[in-house]
Amino acid sequence: MDLYEHQGKELFARAGIPIADGRVAFTSDEARAGAEDLGGRVVVKAQVLTGGRGKAGGVKVVDGPTAAHEAADAILGLDIKGHVTRRLLVERAVAIAKEYYVSITFDRAAKMPLLMLTTMGGMDVEAVAEEHPDRLARLHVDPALGYRGFHGQRLMSAAGVPVEERKALAPLLAALYGVFADGDCMLVEVNPLVLLDDGTFLAADAKVTVDDNALYRHPDVEAMRDLAAADPQEQAAREADLAYVKLDGDVGILGNGAGLVMSTVDVIAQVGGRPANFCDVGGGASADKIATALGIVLSDDKVRSVLFNIFGGITRGDEVARGLLGALEQSDVRAPIVVRLDGTNAAEGRALLAEAARPEITVEETMLGAAETAVRLAGEAR
Amino acid sequence: MAVIATADTRLVVQGITGREGAFHALRNRAYGTQVVAGVTPGKAGEDVEGIPVFDSVADAVDRTGANTSLVVVPPRFAADAILEAADAGVGQIVCITEGVPAHDMLEVYHYLRPRGIRLLGPNCPGALSPGIANVGIIPAEVFSPGPIGLVSRSGTLTYQIGGELAAAGLGNSTIIGIGGDPVIGTSFIDALDLFQADPETEFIVMVGEIGGTDEEKAADVIAERITKPVVAYIAGFEAPPGKTMGHAGAIISGSSGTAAAKKAALEAKGVPVGTNPTEAARLVVERLGR
Repeated sequence: MDLYEHQGKELFARAGIPIADGRVAFTSDEARAGAEDLGGRVVVKAQVLTGGRGKAGGVKVVDGPTAAHEAADAILGLDIKGHVTRRLLVERAVAIAKEYYVSITFDRAAKMPLLMLTTMGGMDVEAVAEEHPDRLARLHVDPALGYRGFHGQRLMSAAGVPVEERKALAPLLAALYGVFADGDCMLVEVNPLVLLDDGTFLAADAKVTVDDNALYRHPDVEAMRDLAAADPQEQAAREADLAYVKLDGDVGILGNGAGLVMSTVDVIAQVGGRPANFCDVGGGASADKIATALGIVLSDDKVRSVLFNIFGGITRGDEVARGLLGALEQSDVRAPIVVRLDGTNAAEGRALLAEAARPEITVEETMLGAAETAVRLAGEAR
Repeated sequence: MAVIATADTRLVVQGITGREGAFHALRNRAYGTQVVAGVTPGKAGEDVEGIPVFDSVADAVDRTGANTSLVVVPPRFAADAILEAADAGVGQIVCITEGVPAHDMLEVYHYLRPRGIRLLGPNCPGALSPGIANVGIIPAEVFSPGPIGLVSRSGTLTYQIGGELAAAGLGNSTIIGIGGDPVIGTSFIDALDLFQADPETEFIVMVGEIGGTDEEKAADVIAERITKPVVAYIAGFEAPPGKTMGHAGAIISGSSGTAAAKKAALEAKGVPVGTNPTEAARLVVERLGR
């Protein structure tokens, strides 16, 4: 789960990491009130779950409440890389002396947290890594050892942080690691980390991703989820405990198992179609869950045909067929459905489908054949 | 001889009194696996259709000589269950559980690895050696004995490719599901080394997907020390960046972890890569010349 900047900063503040005083605003009036509250010069920032908002006009430094209101008017509703701005962070502007970059990522290859620090802040870190690899300090932390003082010292030394700044930066690095490790984070990134004129450091931005599988330990973070910003199908799928990712084509896809569904998405594209979604009903799905999943896939208006690809292991073919037929009984299914059933109880499932003889359903023997038929049917409905 | 699931496997099932645990313990036993014990804290003295239940893995090992554990417990207890098995001296642990927090697995991984304890998974379907033993949830009826070692990050995709190979008359030595999480105990490289050393395995099929760089690292190892022929398949060419595709580990982060990059890395080392399961199976058939 990705957090908004202001949510990440809430976690930072709890860990004792300095942030600028700020107010969250959903309307221009709230932005004006926030600016009034803070007084003086403020920064109005779009809260979106993507980068590049500065270039897109999503960040404005202004003087006073009226200017903040105007800035908010300009930023609210702004589309930043497909993310519509619905909330703002109004922050007190700070006197920046230098901009650094620090991050902690979950390094899957090394199976350790990876700390990265560079004094070349404010720019894209992938560009720093490419153009000035010597300026980007990298250090793994053995999870069995945990973060120790020496990690910070080694990192600051390697990054070339001036000695007189290290005393102020060291506790901040330790606190950031605390956010990462205690908060079950997959990513904690501060860009820029700013050195103020008074010699103290402050996190001027926050990019935090929390492990979905660990959210049960962090109900406060789970409660931060922005339900309004979620795609309606993705939201419905989450509630039904289905893995769903919206794509932009017209062939709906349903299957069991992440790998098989990813593969089905590929095959649809390979035979000339455009996948509308990825939907994994998971292992051992019941008839009810199958019906719910079909409803979610079909609630996307763009879908013109649906491919059902099931290779049963713990999922049973007869259960899938019952779910599908049940869904057809309950509601009008507006798109043709191509079914491919294999594995556990597939013969029973196919027999149920043959018996019901629904005109909406076409049964295919192979994955490739089913994909070709689904793509053809979507084309005919276009 | 096969690997991981063998005739010598003496299995203890952690979480055996749960619905899934009981179901798969009995299914594994019916297939011929020696399922010698189950563990559910507080249920010592009970049995699941003749399989004795113990309070702890230590007791189960003591009394039954269990050497492999199958972990079928809810995600929040999985790390503890794996560590319990390791602490009790179990040498091989297969964790089916999906949804284990990634940070839990960091600790588990770094505890097990230096001690030489094998972990398969989590979020994996287990290992099946057709005709010999099944440890996990792989539907055995799809597979028959044969020369192909199959290793995969995905369960159902393994069945799909196994099914396509079976249709071509090809069976398997062992099918290893390594799991779809970001931190897993057994990597492609570990599985490749096992198959390389296994006399029953003549040919290796590797099924990868988007996310991480394990396939790229495997490509290097194949060039370096795997002399048996390898064919690969990668899923997720159409996956958008930044989205978790069902498996917690199946996510393209920035420019890292794409299917195209994995395919290119494998092909650069001479490993043919199918772009769909049917094509992958065809590549195997062509190379085996059968």
